[in-house]
Amino acid sequence: MSDTLGEAPLRSEYDIVLARQLVRRQTQLLGFSLVDQTKMVTAASELARNAYVYGGGGSMRWELVDDGLRRGLKLTFTDAGPGIPDTEAALTDGWSSGSGLGMGLSGARRLVNHFELDSRVGEGTRVSITRWK
Amino acid sequence: MERIPILRMGELLLVTIQVDMQDQMAMRLQDDLTNAISKFGAKGVLIDISALEMVDSFIGRMISDIAGMARILDATTVLVGMQPAVAITLVELGLSLPGIATALNVERGMALLRRKV
Repeated sequence: MSDTLGEAPLRSEYDIVLARQLVRRQTQLLGFSLVDQTKMVTAASELARNAYVYGGGGSMRWELVDDGLRRGLKLTFTDAGPGIPDTEAALTDGWSSGSGLGMGLSGARRLVNHFELDSRVGEGTRVSITRWK
Repeated sequence: MERIPILRMGELLLVTIQVDMQDQMAMRLQDDLTNAISKFGAKGVLIDISALEMVDSFIGRMISDIAGMARILDATTVLVGMQPAVAITLVELGLSLPGIATALNVERGMALLRRKV
């Protein structure tokens, strides 16, 4: 039996590459179309980089989910970084805390079916995304 | 760290990205390519991304920056071979790579570059 959940560290740049590969593999196993695989992998790459670069490192938890009608992949990115003071502003195109383009968070949200951002200043940030098959 | 090779063909430089790049590798390519344009007086740069299964905002920005730097150094950049799934995702992400010439494959990209330089 294959695993239905797991966790991967995001402590180096190479971990971002490994996270992408893990998400690619899981979406392939779920039978996602190539476009849907690519969307989920790209969203994961954005969020993994945020956790590493802006959050000072963290982790990506993955879980196969089932709502009774369809199956999907849920990813949760957690870091213990400085947090985001204004999460609403952070979700607008062009908002950037660093040297990025400001498309990471808002772009990732557009690539998935469900997006949840929870951030506390001084404590860290958690972003959950789900994409259904 | 692994380096992405840059091939020189007369006045043109050819880059084929075939690995899932770490951010540092993308930054190094940017450096290497701008140095190569200057060193060889290259007039055109062709970047083949047909093997890339994903382009996120970081890689997208790297490609835009390369094209911008090349333009300032009097060289034209053509991006070729983007997979359809990557193109769909990139536009939905919010990046449409404005100002970068593109072509479907290496052959058409080379033809486009030869006309431009």
